[in-house]
Amino acid sequence: MSLLITGGRVIDPANGVDAVQDLLIADGKIEKAGKGLAAPPGAEVVDATGKVVCPGFIDVHVHLREPGYEYKETVRTGTRAAAAGGYTAVACMANTNPVNDNGAVTDYILAKAKVEGAVRVYPIGAVTRNLKGEELAELAELAEAGCVAFSDDGKCVLNAGLYRRAMEYTLPFGVPIISHAEDTSLCHGWAMNEGVVSTEIGLPGAPAAAEDVMVARDVLLAELTGAHVHIAHLSTAGAVRLVRDGKARGVRVTAEVTPHHLVLTEEAVRTYDPNTKMAPPLRTKRDTEALVEALADGTIDCVATDHAPHALAEKEGEFDRAAFGVVGLETAVALLLDRLVRPGLVPLPTLVSRLSRDPARLLDLPGGSLTPGGPADVTILDLEQTLTVDAARFQSKSRNTPFGGWMLTGGPWLTIVGGKVVRP
Amino acid sequence: MGWTRKDLLTMRELDAGEITLLVDTAASLQEIATREIKKVPALRGKTIVNLFYEASTRTRTSFEIAGKWLSADVVNFSASGSSVGKGESFVDTAKNIAAMSPDVVVVRHSSSGAAELLARELSCSIVNAGDGAHEHPTQALLDLLTIREKKGHFEGLHVAIVGDIAHSRVARSNIHGMRKLGMTVTVAGPPTLIPPFVQELGVKVAYRLEDAIRDVDVIMMLRLQQERMTGGLIPSLREYARYWGLSLDKLAAHARPDVLIMHPGPVNRGIELSPEVADGPYSVILDQVTKGVAVRMGVLLLLAGSKGGDGA
Repeated sequence: MSLLITGGRVIDPANGVDAVQDLLIADGKIEKAGKGLAAPPGAEVVDATGKVVCPGFIDVHVHLREPGYEYKETVRTGTRAAAAGGYTAVACMANTNPVNDNGAVTDYILAKAKVEGAVRVYPIGAVTRNLKGEELAELAELAEAGCVAFSDDGKCVLNAGLYRRAMEYTLPFGVPIISHAEDTSLCHGWAMNEGVVSTEIGLPGAPAAAEDVMVARDVLLAELTGAHVHIAHLSTAGAVRLVRDGKARGVRVTAEVTPHHLVLTEEAVRTYDPNTKMAPPLRTKRDTEALVEALADGTIDCVATDHAPHALAEKEGEFDRAAFGVVGLETAVALLLDRLVRPGLVPLPTLVSRLSRDPARLLDLPGGSLTPGGPADVTILDLEQTLTVDAARFQSKSRNTPFGGWMLTGGPWLTIVGGKVVRP
Repeated sequence: MGWTRKDLLTMRELDAGEITLLVDTAASLQEIATREIKKVPALRGKTIVNLFYEASTRTRTSFEIAGKWLSADVVNFSASGSSVGKGESFVDTAKNIAAMSPDVVVVRHSSSGAAELLARELSCSIVNAGDGAHEHPTQALLDLLTIREKKGHFEGLHVAIVGDIAHSRVARSNIHGMRKLGMTVTVAGPPTLIPPFVQELGVKVAYRLEDAIRDVDVIMMLRLQQERMTGGLIPSLREYARYWGLSLDKLAAHARPDVLIMHPGPVNRGIELSPEVADGPYSVILDQVTKGVAVRMGVLLLLAGSKGGDGA
């Protein structure tokens, strides 16, 4: 079982490679990369001339909704969406029903993924039991069962003392705590960013400070405990400054940003489209500029979609009553290529790194490089293809995207997991 | 100039000419209220549905009377006692009502954007009768008609809007309307009730009642929603009434003798307005209510009567 990918531009940030090369895959592993490789007998050959061959993309923040919310998404549909979007691995959040706060739920997710998953699935365990923020989940058992991080994502652990203990307790496991930074006492009942748009259209706002206060706290707790704290879906210029400052002082803090926070602002909410409602909210142009700059300079370590599927009934109707969140797996790569790489805001090799090498390092996952011997997870991009986003054609069970009808140039062309083509 | 819009959703989207047309039309219809027989055939055969998801006394009654005086068939829907109690969604309910071919749906809802949502979903005309903290355009129109009748013009007038600006759709609609007609607007209240970046709407901000009411032509007092205290926005009703309640003493000390006192109702007597002010010579609060019927007649006529009505 071997596969030869010929003639593509290979970008492999972990190995400092950016050159037209062939890539040979055998037995689910990267065999070698180089010029003029010969196809072994019986090998399948993929002509990638004009395409970009990258280590498989990894999304460290998705909601697969299984168990418990199968009407929104399942491991099967969510991983198919990932494959369609150019991802070879996803890490899934714990806010399922039941919550992934014990080893049995982790086992269930991994078993589902083994049978039905189109890409690799890495569960993230809850920090606190039932995401209540009151007592620690059984963190050692979760780590042993295979959780690659801990997070109460969707909720912020408001009790700083408890959060500190979670950071300390999990130190020996070598996996990060992922923070959903939102001081709910500063943004009770919010529906969008607090600013001039919320004032004009009369929706309750969440100030940037509600995020910044918690990012500041978590940087300080990371410093106190020596733990690795990863900030989910960073959305403000202030939070960027705090992370940058923390990194400069040697604190083990990392951060991710979503595609929607990179390319949309609060202006998109003016139409009251519930598909522009998510947590954290879309912010201002000043914030998006700071986020793009931080992604380019490495202050932000990776792009993560926060893929948050919801059924139509939860995302139509009154804005303030709609669920928070948007799907992202099937639009992320095309958006980033079209809106960040094409205008020259982020160099292509940097983006590839933020989607592959950097998230792999962040969660200490296999892959993220094309190093021989590593897993043959490969994402091939076509920078020329133009596509109009059509939610009706998503592999995901849900359609809640703010990008319907957007015409995007560049996108995923082929996704290979463990040496097998999973898309198209 | 004529009216071309399908819906009346916000004051923000209207230009000065459209606002003036609405006010002029309302002014011309006021006389109907003085007739022995208060009925004209302008909207005969038209159906108007009042779709009210929030409690309302003035607005709903006044839309109903306006429709009836224009000879339309008026149907009142309120969320209680309807299929809403059985879990039917807002949009589903509205679509079902639309399937019965009304000409106009008048909607009041606690969610900002609810009227825009219906305007997108339904082909009939939509009138926004108040959506969340967003807009309440017919209230602003009746306020404007009241001001013009008392002051004779708009240009150059200075209005103070006082109270809970942050949660007020009346304030937003009035700010847009007044600014477009060349008026100066000062909003005033404790900083916790002033929304962020409100200056971007073209208004001045005052944090003392005495500063706000000095030299203005109109003082518009807003209702203080009593639940605002639980959110920590003000310490107590008592303190609010002391510093932000409008009394005859404060008026005499700081306001012009010809100032108008307005309030969209319902009034918290003794909190934002002392009874002496509410019922006193400066007050035009009941004029506002009277003009509300004329304004709603004008709006219904322009939306539903333009396609072959009999005319008033």
